Amino acid sequence: MAKILVACGTGICTSTMAADKLKKELEKRGKAGNVSITQCKVAELSAKAADYDLIVATTQVSSKISTPVISGLPFLTGVGIDKVVDEVIEKLNL
Amino acid sequence: MKEPMELLKEELIFIDIEAKDREEAIEKMAKELYKREYVKESYINAILDREKVFPTGLPTEEVGVAIPHTDAIHVKKGAMAIGVLKNPVVFQMMGMPEENVNVNIIFMMALDEPKGQIEMLQKLMSIFQDKSILLKMRQAKTKEEIMKSFSNAI
Repeated sequence: MAKILVACGTGICTSTMAADKLKKELEKRGKAGNVSITQCKVAELSAKAADYDLIVATTQVSSKISTPVISGLPFLTGVGIDKVVDEVIEKLNL
Repeated sequence: MKEPMELLKEELIFIDIEAKDREEAIEKMAKELYKREYVKESYINAILDREKVFPTGLPTEEVGVAIPHTDAIHVKKGAMAIGVLKNPVVFQMMGMPEENVNVNIIFMMALDEPKGQIEMLQKLMSIFQDKSILLKMRQAKTKEEIMKSFSNAI
């Protein structure tokens, strides 16, 4: 099971939007089965990141975090969404 | 779970907002939310401060939008205000503060329950991804037109 952590400033607003869209896009491609998606505040990332395979963030993320990070903006605006989903699939070898 | 339309109130739609910068635009809308008792007074500074740390400008295909919001502790009852600006103001881009976005429409959220507003957030996203709706909202002359564009979105 690949674990994705979706982060935003409050942990409730844009991370909810991005996580929901990401899940739907993965479902569309038949890739949702082996993925778990969790949300958090960006401030919690340093404590949590190590337990996840990929971080999708709608804010800037500290460069100290070693888990790969992808920008979640395309999930909110729709601009470049296919490319970012490709990137998620590639990074997680789905 | 609240229905999306329940959170959008006609009294919270503002057309032709005149503001010299994003602070003025945010402050004007936040004060309207406070005046109508949707949020605590602390919401006004909290949303201004949060915008500096976590900017919310989003470049959609045609129309720049911003979704300022802050923590639920400043909120009394969940709502969303929509403000159409007379002239765009510059917001920093979400996640990339070195980039600027010229924003025409502000969707200011007062979120009171962490998980309860997913439908409204989903609706907002489908609006952001439909340039014809955003163009209509930007050109709207009345609050009714905004309400209609919003409710017509999937």
